[in-house]
Amino acid sequence: MSQFELVLFSIIILLSGLVIIPLFARYQKLLIYISFSLTALSSVLAAAGGALAVANNFNQSVTIPIGLPDLPVHLRLDPLSGFFLTVIGLLSFFVSIYSIGYIKAFVGKRSVTHLVIFYCLFLIGMFSVVLSDDAFSFLISWEVMAASSYFLVMFEDERTENRRAAFLYLVVAHIGAIAILLSFGIMAGAATDFKGFSGYTFDAMRQTEFSVGWATAAFLLAFFGFAAKAGVIPFHVWLPEAHPVAPSNVSALMSGVMLKTAIYGIIRVTFDLIGDFPWWWGAVVLMFGLITALMGILYAIMQQDIKRLLAYSSVENIGVILIGIGLAMIFASFEMPLLSALALTAALYHTLNHAMFKGLLFMGAGAVLHATNERNMEKMGGLIHKMPWTAVLFLIGCVSISALPPFNGFASEWLTFQAFLLSPSLPSPLLNLLIPLGATLVALTVALAAACFVKAFGITFLGHWRGGHNPSPPFDSPLAKGGYRGVKGGKGGLEVDWFMRSAMILTAVSCLVLGVVPTLIINWIDILPEQLIGSRIAASAGEFGWLWLTPIAHERASYSAPIVLIIVLAVVLLAYILLHIRKAAVHRAPLWDCGFEKITNRMQYNAASFSMPIRRIFGFLFSIREDVRAVYPTGNPLFPKRLHYHLKVRDRFWGLLYKPVADASIWISRKVGKLQQGRIQMYLIYSFITIIVLLLFLR
Amino acid sequence: MSQIYPVIIEILQIAILLIAAPVFIGWIRMLKCWSQGRTSAGILQPYRDIAKLFTKDVVLAENASWIFRFTPYLVFGVTVLVGAIVPILSVDLPLSATADVIVLIGLFAIARFFTALAGMDIGTAFGGMGSSREMMIASLAEPAMLMAIFTVSLVSRSTSLSQIVHVITSKGFILRPSIAFAVLAFIFIAIAETGRIPVDNPATHLELTMIHEAMILEYSGRHLALMEWAGMMKVFLFASIGIAVFFPWGIAPKDNLIYLPAAILFLAIKLCLAGTGLVLIETGLAKMRIFRIPEFLGSAFLFATLGMLSYFILE
Repeated sequence: MSQFELVLFSIIILLSGLVIIPLFARYQKLLIYISFSLTALSSVLAAAGGALAVANNFNQSVTIPIGLPDLPVHLRLDPLSGFFLTVIGLLSFFVSIYSIGYIKAFVGKRSVTHLVIFYCLFLIGMFSVVLSDDAFSFLISWEVMAASSYFLVMFEDERTENRRAAFLYLVVAHIGAIAILLSFGIMAGAATDFKGFSGYTFDAMRQTEFSVGWATAAFLLAFFGFAAKAGVIPFHVWLPEAHPVAPSNVSALMSGVMLKTAIYGIIRVTFDLIGDFPWWWGAVVLMFGLITALMGILYAIMQQDIKRLLAYSSVENIGVILIGIGLAMIFASFEMPLLSALALTAALYHTLNHAMFKGLLFMGAGAVLHATNERNMEKMGGLIHKMPWTAVLFLIGCVSISALPPFNGFASEWLTFQAFLLSPSLPSPLLNLLIPLGATLVALTVALAAACFVKAFGITFLGHWRGGHNPSPPFDSPLAKGGYRGVKGGKGGLEVDWFMRSAMILTAVSCLVLGVVPTLIINWIDILPEQLIGSRIAASAGEFGWLWLTPIAHERASYSAPIVLIIVLAVVLLAYILLHIRKAAVHRAPLWDCGFEKITNRMQYNAASFSMPIRRIFGFLFSIREDVRAVYPTGNPLFPKRLHYHLKVRDRFWGLLYKPVADASIWISRKVGKLQQGRIQMYLIYSFITIIVLLLFLR
Repeated sequence: MSQIYPVIIEILQIAILLIAAPVFIGWIRMLKCWSQGRTSAGILQPYRDIAKLFTKDVVLAENASWIFRFTPYLVFGVTVLVGAIVPILSVDLPLSATADVIVLIGLFAIARFFTALAGMDIGTAFGGMGSSREMMIASLAEPAMLMAIFTVSLVSRSTSLSQIVHVITSKGFILRPSIAFAVLAFIFIAIAETGRIPVDNPATHLELTMIHEAMILEYSGRHLALMEWAGMMKVFLFASIGIAVFFPWGIAPKDNLIYLPAAILFLAIKLCLAGTGLVLIETGLAKMRIFRIPEFLGSAFLFATLGMLSYFILE
C-alpha cells in the first residue's frame, strides 16, 4: 500500500466508524472499546502514511468527483501535509488509547454515543484539513473540525461555563473562518481574474504571481483567521475557556493538535501558496509570536485551575512556534535560505514536541480530574503518594515543556535561540538591534515557563492534600466511589487504569526520544525547508553523526542530548552507590514547624501565593482585584477572628477588545429588533419600500 | 599519546572542580571573616562540614517523596557535568562539544527546577516560599543572561565556551566596550544565580530573608552534603565561566600538556582575585528587599543591552 492509500484508508475507517457506532449505542462499554480501537487504528495508519510521505518526499494528488459542479474535491499528500498528519495521527493514537479508560467513567452517568461520533468527526476534520488541495474542501474540513469540537466542548452541557465557553468558541472560530474564506477568495480571484472556479485549487494559486497589494491582503486575512484559531493573543480569549471544560481527552487533542492545523494553514499560505513575501510579513508574525509567548505564559502562571493553566501555556507555545516561523520568513525574504531553514526547522520541531508534551500534560491533568474530581489546584496536593504513575508521567511533561535538557522541549527551543543568535548577519541595522531584544523575551518566556510548571507540579502533586479541612483526598468523590474500578483507598489508591497509564507512558517515552535524537528528527523533516525555502540543514546539523547536533557549524554551537543524558545518569548512579556502601539509617521525622506545633495543611504555599512575586512584578499587564477583609468579634476591634482574601486576576483583553464589540453588537441587535413588529402589514410595507428603492437605483 | 591527553585533562579538571570548590568557598568565607573583624575557621572548614554531613544519618520529613531524595543526586550530577564542559584549565576537552553556553544554562535550570520541587515536596511554608522566590529571580536573570551571551557571541561568532576562549586568546588583548558592559552584566547575574549578597544571603536562616536556604531547609545527612557541595561547585563554576569568557588568558591551548601547571597557577590566581572581589561586594552591600531585585536584574539587562548596542555602533 502506498502512503496515500494508507491515509485514505484511515479516513475510510473513521467514516465507516460513523456508521457502525450508532449500532452499539445500547452497549456503551462495548461501544467505547470498538470506537476507540477504530480511531487508534486509523490514527496509526494516518501517522505512518504521513511519516512515510515526509521520508520519501512523496507528492501526489487525487481528485474525488464530489462537491461543487465545477470544483471537485482535490486531496494532496505532500511532505508538509505528511508532517502535520504525523503530528495529528501520533497524538490522536495515544489519546484514543487514553480515551478508553477516561470515557468509561461516564458510562452509567450519561450517554457517550454522541461524544464518540463527534470524536470521529473531529479526527476526520483534522486529517482532511491538512490533505485538502483546494480552498473549498479546506474550508469544509475546517468547519467539520470546528463544529465537531464545539459539540465536544458542549459534552457536559448542564454546566453554564461549558455552554458559555462553547458559544464563545463558535463565534471566534467563525469570525476566523470568514477571514480565511476571504483570503482564499482574493487568491482565487487574483489567479483567474475573478472568473470561474478553477482558481480555488491550491495548484492554481501556487502558479499565480500575486500583485503586492492582493498578496498582502490575502496574507493579512489568512494570518488573522488562522491566528484566531491558534489562540494568538489578542484573539485568544476563547481558548482558556473552551479547552479546560472539554473532556480531558478532547482537551489534549484540541491543545495538542487542533491548534497546529492553524500553524499548518499559516505555513501553507505564506510559504507555499504565496511564496514570495517582503520581510515585514515575517516581522508581523514575529511580533505576534513574541507577545503571545510572553503574555501567554504570564497568564498561565496566574491560574489556579490546572487545565486553564495548561490552556494558557498552549497559547505560549503557539507563540514560540510563530516566532520560529516569523524568523524563517525574515531570513527567507533577505535571501538567507540556510538560516531560514534553521528557523523553520525549529518551528516545525517545536510543533511536534508541543503536541507530545501538551498532550501528555492534559492527559495527566485528566487523570487527576478523574481521580479527585477537582480542577482547582488550591484544593490539591500530595497526589504523588496516591498517584505515583501519573505523578512521574506528569513530571516528564513538565520537564519537557520547561525546556530542560535532554527532553524534547529543550531541543526545539535551543534551535530557536540559535536562529536568533544568527540574526546579526541580516543586512538591516534596525532588525540587527531589535531581534536580540526579541530573543531576550523568549528567554524570559522560557524561564517563566519553568516557574509555571514548578507551580503546576509542586502544588498538585507535592506537599500535603489541601482539600479544605479534609485530611486526605476525597475518596467519596462521585467518580472515585462507584463508577471507577481502579480506585481503592490507601497508598497509590487513586491511580488510574492501565489504558490511561499506558497512553501516558507512550507519550512520555516519545517526549524523551524526540529530545534525545534531534539529529534524526531534523534529518526526517529536512525535506520541508528544502521544498518551501530551498535549503536544508541536515547536512550541517548532522555533520558529526547522530550524536552531535551542530545546526550551522560545529564552531558555532553544538549540543549532544544523548551524552548529557548518559553522563548525568552515570554521575547520579555513581554518587548513589558510593553513598550507599556504608549503610546510614534513614529516619522519618515530623516537619520542622518552628515549635509552633499547630501546623495545618492550609498553611502550605498554594497556587496564589506561589505566583505572588511574579504577579507583583508583572501586575500592570493584568487587571487584578485583591480584597482583604478582616472579621472582628463583636466588641473587640483589635484581634480579628478571621481574614477573607479574594483575588481576581483577569485578562485585560476581554475588557479592552471584546466587551465593546459584544456590547455594540447587542446594542445594534436591539435597534434592529425594533423593526420586528409582528404584523404582516408592516412586513409588506418593508418589502414595498425595498422594491421601490431597488427600482430607483437599478433603473 | 595525543589521543589520551584530552581524557587526562578532562579527569584532572573534574578532580580540580571537586577538590577546589570547597577551598574556594573556604577562601571567600575566610576573607569575609577577616574583613568583618572575626576569626575564621580556616580555609579547609567546608571540607570538614561536608565530611561530617556524609557520616551522619538522614532525617527525612514524614511525607517526603522520592523527588526529595532524588534531587540531591541529580543536582550533584548536573553540576559535575557542567564542570566537565566549562574550559577551566584547557580548551582541549573531549566533552566540550556536548553543550554550548545555552545548554549550560539549561543544565543549571534542571538543578534549579528540581531543587524548587524538593522545596515544595515537604509542604512547609518555608519550602514553598523559597521555591517561589528562586523561580522569580531565575526568570528575571534569564533575559539578562541571554543578552550577555548574545553580546559575547557577536565578538566570537560562537556560543561554545571552548571556541570563545580560543577566539579571544588568539586575537590578543583588545579593549572592547561591548565586552566591558557584558562583564558588568555577567557579575550581576552571577551574584543572583549563585544566591550571594545583595540578592540572597547564603549564611542566613532567618525566614524573611532566605531564598536558597529555605528550599533546602529540610535536608540532612548525605543529602545535605551533596546539595552543599553542588552549591559550592556552582559558585566555582560561575567564576570559571566568567574567567573563560572575559579573562581567558592563561587557559591552556590545544595539545599542550606542558602548559597545564601554568594554567593551574593562573586559575588559582584568578580565582583568588574573583573571591576577593566577591567578598568586597558582600561586605560593602546589604541584602536587598526582595522586590528591589527586579531593579537589580533590570540594570544587569540594561548593561548587557548597552554592550550589544555598543558593538553595533562602535565595533
